[in-house]
Amino acid sequence: MKRDDWVERRQHAIGVRQPLVDGVEKVTGRARYTADLRTAGALVGAILRSPVAHGEIRRIDTSRARAIEGVRAVITGDDCDVPYGVIPIAQNEFPLARERVRYCGEPIAAVAADDVATARAALEAIDVDIGPLPAYFDPASAQAVGALPLHANKPGNVERAVDHVFGDFAGGMARADLVREAHFHYAEVTHAMMEPNAALAEYDAERDRLTLHSVTQVPYYVHLALARCLRMDASRIRVVKPFVGGGFGHRTETLNFEIVAALLARAAGGTVALQLTREECFLTHRGRPETDVRIAIGLTKEGRITAVDCDVVQRGGAYAGYGLVTILYAGALLHAIYAVPACRYHGLRVYTNTPPNGAMRGHGSVDVRHAFEALLDTMADELRLDAFAVRRANLLDVPHRTVNDLQVNSYGLAECLDRVEQASGWRERHRTLGRGRGLGMACSHYASGAAKPVHWTGEPHAVVNLKLDFDGAVSVLTGAADIGQGSSTLLAQTVAEVLGVGLERIRIVANDSAVTPKDNGSYSSRVSFMVGNAAIRAAEALKRVLCEAAARRLAVAREAIVCEGETYRVAGGERSLGFAETVAAALEGNGTVTVKGTWSTPPETQGGTFKGAAVGSSAGFSYSAQVVEVSVDEDTGEVKVERVWVAHDCGRAINPLAVEGQVQGSVWMGMGQALGEETQYHDGLPLRANLLDYRIPSIVESPPIETYIVEAADPNGPFGAKEAGEGSLAGFLPALTNAIADAIGVRMTELPVSADRLREAIAARRRAERVRDAVREASTARTA
Amino acid sequence: MRKRLLSVAINGCAREDAVADDRLLLDYLREDLGLTGTKRGCDGGECGACTVLVDGAPALACITLALRCEGRRVETIEGVAHDGRMSRLQRAFHEQLGTQCGFCTPGMIMAAEALLRRDPAPTDDAVREALSGNLCRCTGYVKILESVQAAAAADVDEQSCGSSATRCTCAGEERDEAR
Repeated sequence: MKRDDWVERRQHAIGVRQPLVDGVEKVTGRARYTADLRTAGALVGAILRSPVAHGEIRRIDTSRARAIEGVRAVITGDDCDVPYGVIPIAQNEFPLARERVRYCGEPIAAVAADDVATARAALEAIDVDIGPLPAYFDPASAQAVGALPLHANKPGNVERAVDHVFGDFAGGMARADLVREAHFHYAEVTHAMMEPNAALAEYDAERDRLTLHSVTQVPYYVHLALARCLRMDASRIRVVKPFVGGGFGHRTETLNFEIVAALLARAAGGTVALQLTREECFLTHRGRPETDVRIAIGLTKEGRITAVDCDVVQRGGAYAGYGLVTILYAGALLHAIYAVPACRYHGLRVYTNTPPNGAMRGHGSVDVRHAFEALLDTMADELRLDAFAVRRANLLDVPHRTVNDLQVNSYGLAECLDRVEQASGWRERHRTLGRGRGLGMACSHYASGAAKPVHWTGEPHAVVNLKLDFDGAVSVLTGAADIGQGSSTLLAQTVAEVLGVGLERIRIVANDSAVTPKDNGSYSSRVSFMVGNAAIRAAEALKRVLCEAAARRLAVAREAIVCEGETYRVAGGERSLGFAETVAAALEGNGTVTVKGTWSTPPETQGGTFKGAAVGSSAGFSYSAQVVEVSVDEDTGEVKVERVWVAHDCGRAINPLAVEGQVQGSVWMGMGQALGEETQYHDGLPLRANLLDYRIPSIVESPPIETYIVEAADPNGPFGAKEAGEGSLAGFLPALTNAIADAIGVRMTELPVSADRLREAIAARRRAERVRDAVREASTARTA
Repeated sequence: MRKRLLSVAINGCAREDAVADDRLLLDYLREDLGLTGTKRGCDGGECGACTVLVDGAPALACITLALRCEGRRVETIEGVAHDGRMSRLQRAFHEQLGTQCGFCTPGMIMAAEALLRRDPAPTDDAVREALSGNLCRCTGYVKILESVQAAAAADVDEQSCGSSATRCTCAGEERDEAR
């Protein structure tokens, strides 16, 4: 067979609907999550939490707890005086509170005991004296004159204020034919991943070594935080991530329980299993903040954007966490989806006495995208422009550099629009469905990983190691955390594709710091793009080794060897080596082959030079358009999502099956936020810290989601690929409220659109209509 | 806490164990028997991740006392594969990506298993109703619905579901138990 024939006939490993390489374990129950790990002899850990939202810790007496038989360790804030936090310049949280508690449920002490009952008894025996302090549950009261700062270095409780102006803002607004402004309010939502938090910490007192198994999305961050807070040399620590039951951003930061488990294990000189309840997972939180948005857009009468003006206030909770990144993201991602020639952004992140907020799927972009798309829809109506037409009037030409220095090199939004417009029958059906039924559309986008990592160490963004040995198996060693999104499968496909070998020859070894290379982790959709690129380079390196070995064995020049998958052939001839022979040749004189591939984002994609410019910058942006069809019951305020059509530009679908799964999951999570999910507090006490009251949609109310993949290949992406796991979330919210407007003429500005909120909005409109009719009647009567 | 002798068939394997009065079926399965495929996802009856079959009917192991299973047949995710081969539901969930993170999957498959045994060709609405107590945070349920329907469409004779037997997952002699 000639090479060209082989290329044509070969079985590709990418672009095929590939079930997960670890799927069999998941469906058979063999997959071991942290709480499933064998814990014979392990102590049970438990955490005592603050009953007040803001207070001064006057005294913690643990003597009664320590005296209980079977209690092996009791620790408090005195046992760790090193603050931690995901952002190196904003580390202001302790694993166990010191001096002050700042939210209801904040850990203040922890115990390790022989069993659950003893651990609970020990918690009850800890005497805590907390003097109450004034507590603030919303940004306004936290910022009020005279309010007590939660953190001494942040007067006024402003964690971060952002003031950005890009382009000729005043000129842009002046050029507009229509400027409209709107205000929106978004409830706080949280991740509610299905696996509750758990950590298994094993401390070897003889050797002063620590091994932690945890539910993390970023084992590297956990490793750093453990070394820091336990004051241990990082080389004495090993972090392992077993199967993880979802993350959605909850597990991007190192979380307090992970450090607490390690502190307990060291204090007890043994192994501690710490499993949080579902309620404690809600308290750990790090979800999307309660947010207020004021937005104004200037449009020409053709619908072209001339300027955008946006104020965002986020209720950030009690500690910094990811806060400054979230508030910067909210401004940065006003850009890179449409041509925005000028923009003013003011962002305010405020400390409050509520559980800390953090990163959640679509980090920072979701609420602002709703505001943008909802207002755009209103203005399109006013200009008598079609919703699709107004988006099309603002498409980018790539390559495009935004006014805030984001680099867009690929852009499939036009095709996304075409696909969902056609599939939904928009032109025939929009405005024709009759009262109570409507169609709405919106667009969204997201980064394929932050172009600048949080820890700027000068290392490559991603590293993948490959090992090839006598058995002919290719082991892919990666620190990328598969949390259910299918990253291990994608890496296996990528390596198989480059080498031309079958997927069954590939083994993934992931997330054991003793073995696998450091990885910056699974967040902001970086893995496919960055680790995928590193995997391609690693596989190319291995292929070179194999080609050279074949050349040596066949006594020809390296250039004469062509790789046809598992056959290495002399070009133009019949002489060839099979895979086993080629591997044997590669090992001869060298032994086990190990190669490495690395990848870093190109400098031009790393954003501008202004303060905060790194946030939002990415080597590739995904794009999404969706149409949502709803029916609305005006008597009950109930909204039913009948169907969704979504098209997502992921550059190249390495695994179309997984892309569909990610896009559907994103759209659906957007639906949860849009229709019902919200946390609720009473004086800082969470009222919905369970899965019945914090109600994520069940299968009953989950609609069909018709999913279309658009492939606008990115020049920097692995095989052209971009992200697929976040970008379609944000679009659902505005598509939904736009559809409700189409159905009943009510524009919802407060989310979620729960039945009570919609009923109230309908009632308000009816009152307004009655007043208007009465005024009209009266004036008609006067005229007559 | 007082213990009593519990006689129960777990995945077709008869057992007798001394079990405390307040021992939950979930803890008995996970901690005493090492059957960790059944998951704890909430603080009690919220999420469905611990769904097992008791005498063929779905039950939440996190709010079922182990001793209430006296004389009954309990089936878990570990018991539905047949000679190491996946059941048709397991295969469908794997091939159709009905599983992402996998944490809800065992409970989801057990709830679907009960459905397909009593209704081999369910409508989409019947599937939705049967799985209404099982939460998933990854998939949006689209591919879960497709997986259950793919399993229903698969050749019934080919797989064990509803037609043959449950295999013992405990150590020792493997026994079949006719349904």
